[in-house]
Amino acid sequence: MSERLHELDRPNSYIGKSVPRPNAVHLLQGRGRFVDDKVLPRMVHAAFVRSPHAHARIRGVDADEAKTLQGVIAVFTGEDMAAAIAPWSGVLTHLAGMRSPEQPALARDITRWQGEPVVMVVAQSRAIAEDAAALIEVDFDPLPEMCDMEGALDSDAVVIHPELGNNLCWERLVETGEVNAAFSDPANTVVDRTFTFGRHTGVTLEARACIADYDQAEEALTFHYSGQSPHMMQAILAKHLGFEEENVNVIAADVGGSFGIKIHTYGDEIATAAAAKLLRRPVKFAADRFESFVSDIHARDHRVKARLALGQDGRIAALEIDDLTGIGPYSVYPRSSGIEANQVLNLTGAPYDIPAYRGRARVVFQNKNVMCQYRAVGHPIANSVMEGLMDDAARQLAIDPAELRRRNLFADDAYPVTSVTGMKFADLSHHACLGKLLDMMDYEGLKSERDALRKKGIHRGIGIVSMVEVTNPSPMFYGVGGAPISAQDGATVRLDANGAVHVSSSITEQGQGTETILAQIAASAIGVDIAKVKVTTGDTRTTPYGGGTWASRGAGIGGEAMLLASRALKSQILEAAATVLQARPEALDIEAGNIVDTGGTKPRMSLAELGKLVYYRGNELPSDVRPELIATRHFRVTDYPFVFTNGAMASYVEVDIETGMVKLLGHWVVEDCGTVINKKLVDEQIRGGVVQGIGGALYEECLYSENGQLQNATMADYLVPMAGEMPDIEIAHIETPSCTSDLGAKGAGEAGTCGAPGAVMNAVNNALEPLDASVAQHPITPERLLRALSVID
Amino acid sequence: MTAARMPISLRINGEQVETTVQARTNLVDFLRNEQQLTGTHVGCEHGVCGACTVRVDGRIVRGCLMLAIQANGTTVETIEGQSDSGKLEELQAAFHRHNALQCGFCTPGMLLTAQELLDSDKPITREVIRDQISGNYCRCTGYQAIVDAVEEVAIARRGASL
Repeated sequence: MSERLHELDRPNSYIGKSVPRPNAVHLLQGRGRFVDDKVLPRMVHAAFVRSPHAHARIRGVDADEAKTLQGVIAVFTGEDMAAAIAPWSGVLTHLAGMRSPEQPALARDITRWQGEPVVMVVAQSRAIAEDAAALIEVDFDPLPEMCDMEGALDSDAVVIHPELGNNLCWERLVETGEVNAAFSDPANTVVDRTFTFGRHTGVTLEARACIADYDQAEEALTFHYSGQSPHMMQAILAKHLGFEEENVNVIAADVGGSFGIKIHTYGDEIATAAAAKLLRRPVKFAADRFESFVSDIHARDHRVKARLALGQDGRIAALEIDDLTGIGPYSVYPRSSGIEANQVLNLTGAPYDIPAYRGRARVVFQNKNVMCQYRAVGHPIANSVMEGLMDDAARQLAIDPAELRRRNLFADDAYPVTSVTGMKFADLSHHACLGKLLDMMDYEGLKSERDALRKKGIHRGIGIVSMVEVTNPSPMFYGVGGAPISAQDGATVRLDANGAVHVSSSITEQGQGTETILAQIAASAIGVDIAKVKVTTGDTRTTPYGGGTWASRGAGIGGEAMLLASRALKSQILEAAATVLQARPEALDIEAGNIVDTGGTKPRMSLAELGKLVYYRGNELPSDVRPELIATRHFRVTDYPFVFTNGAMASYVEVDIETGMVKLLGHWVVEDCGTVINKKLVDEQIRGGVVQGIGGALYEECLYSENGQLQNATMADYLVPMAGEMPDIEIAHIETPSCTSDLGAKGAGEAGTCGAPGAVMNAVNNALEPLDASVAQHPITPERLLRALSVID
Repeated sequence: MTAARMPISLRINGEQVETTVQARTNLVDFLRNEQQLTGTHVGCEHGVCGACTVRVDGRIVRGCLMLAIQANGTTVETIEGQSDSGKLEELQAAFHRHNALQCGFCTPGMLLTAQELLDSDKPITREVIRDQISGNYCRCTGYQAIVDAVEEVAIARRGASL
């Protein structure tokens, strides 16, 4: 910690400053480099015929007419692609018993969701490829669908993969403590409820896109990709297309939103790479919005039966949950579709000191689009369930909701502590966050206002949640289960001849400010102006090896690697400077790009002078001095499987009981993500996350018909949060640095999405309390609200 | 099926363009694919997300809802032209200061939409700003920083009272 204080807290440090993002300027000028903006010589375009059925046998494909269309280069069926692509299976070995059959890039024999790619057309333009796709006749023989997850395990259910015997992908049971005794104790109060969470999806404004560029001479593939995890994609493309890994280069330049959508294996993208190899020319695939809705991973789709037992003192005695989740016909590769349910088991009730817990999660197959990890994986479900129960309990026990939480949250000096769900916590601050939240929102004042307005027939409610967010994962998340996903990240830092510092990192940028915080860390640790730090990310050929961006790990893991590498370069610089200046390295320091005496500010030599001397006039150095002005360091989290961020959040809403509309009046967040590197960027991560959470709570749902047809696969029909309905969001921080690193940063990207749905639901239910009505189905649509109020049937 | 190309004559970002275009090609595809003006983006193709916003004869339109041939004889301005002309400088700087963009995909459309309000004589409040950009989808920011940035420029131009 002493070194941390020395480097990062000194007056010219950029740590904690809201530095504007240098790499935002080109985006403001309309000079982004998104995948679909790129054009390569001889490049051709892909379109896909997608299954119109949720479940059907493919009896034949007639592409004769399509092939005659001018500008069509090739048509590939599932069989064609099966010859070029090895299938995959989305199972992780540490999720014991998980099953998922091999998945082909394009459907073969049977198609298992509406939107599954069936035939690929490659043509001179996307328009021609779409024309040709419309001419292809696929002879489908519809099969009975299995769409409703509630019936998936019934004995008479249609079994989607007959070789598995039933539709169960994975099941996990956990039990700790005396659960039955707590629920049967007559002295305890028990609240129970079933919560449901509809499917929604990421709706990245830039749809998925890739360009595959095959180089036959080198047996190499360059894959321009709109995504988060270049090294993972490198491993997957190599494995399934038969390349040596080192011959696959994955480049992610500007990415137009990702949120977990663009970190999975998609058959259409792998087929694009295969087509480039088969055709020996670059192939571009840029999904349109319909394709996004029916093929981007969906999220959530959970039904959780939950109950909570509490003593009359309001202390929790036991928690029990039973989660059922539908994941579509395949577990998604390589992260699997079991992680969300696993998170629900791990995180429900995690802020609280609970003596007994029983949890069951069942993950089932169904004939809908695939479901997988999206921003705040499992968190909004775990949080809404627990916080919903807490408010039910508060009502029943007539204890103020904030007070009930205070009685049950782990004490701020309790850490390290292990939750009843098995999560190992360090450095959390639930009470400090809740206290700050209540002050910030003027909880007592708001309650008085609410109560006064109730008398006038205005229905307002306050909802509070306490939460944890999984961040900075160790290899225990994926690597342990056999997935080609790195939990460590690397940073390389070098000094050039002009005194500038070039850094590269394996974490990636999708607009959250990754490159900015890397520059802040390097500039602070080395002692240069941030304008002299140039950052490279998103290229497997030029960056160190690492996991990329997911699970809120960039700042905590990639940032720490950057700190370590920057320290190493600084030592190398000072060693070289010491030789030139005939001083001891420890008597020198770097300030604003100059070598100075330790504790002083007077420049003795600029880094540019040092660079020029080392690179151009090495003859002036003693022959045994060979400066290395480049350093690479890697970092992974050890001792803890995850580093948790914690926080508290509140929502204030007004419900129109005649229309069922919910108006968001205010939203407050207090978060402890450890060291805040850039407050503005952290705040904006939280705000964006909150609004995505509000989307799930109030608007967003992939609506399927009974036979598995997505009914609202356009942005005109699928509701997303827009500016007119969103509230201003007030944010404050508690900073408890993580003990797992010198930087002390925990993740901040997902807490907003974690807590907002529960806060909004609790606020709505608080507003409905005098009317003796309540909702527990997300999204809370006007229709569902009016039904809860018995205004409609 | 590849329909005949029709002659089109228009001014794009101050440059006269004489070319041909298929009748079915919409304005945003024409600008992106045939004029290499990739700053204008395609988001929803239904006219609801605002990513493809451009100016035609001084008014903002959805590039996905207008055929290129309908722009025959017009003056079209895109983010590239508006940016290079300096007309967006103040707003771009405010967006930068407030971090009113993350991935940046909605940003060109958002800037042109906000610019229209700032250049109008409408009274401007935070609510009016939210209303103005309520047809522009941003998945990253939650909109507040965008409202802050636009409000700041409005105050700078019109004085604190707005």
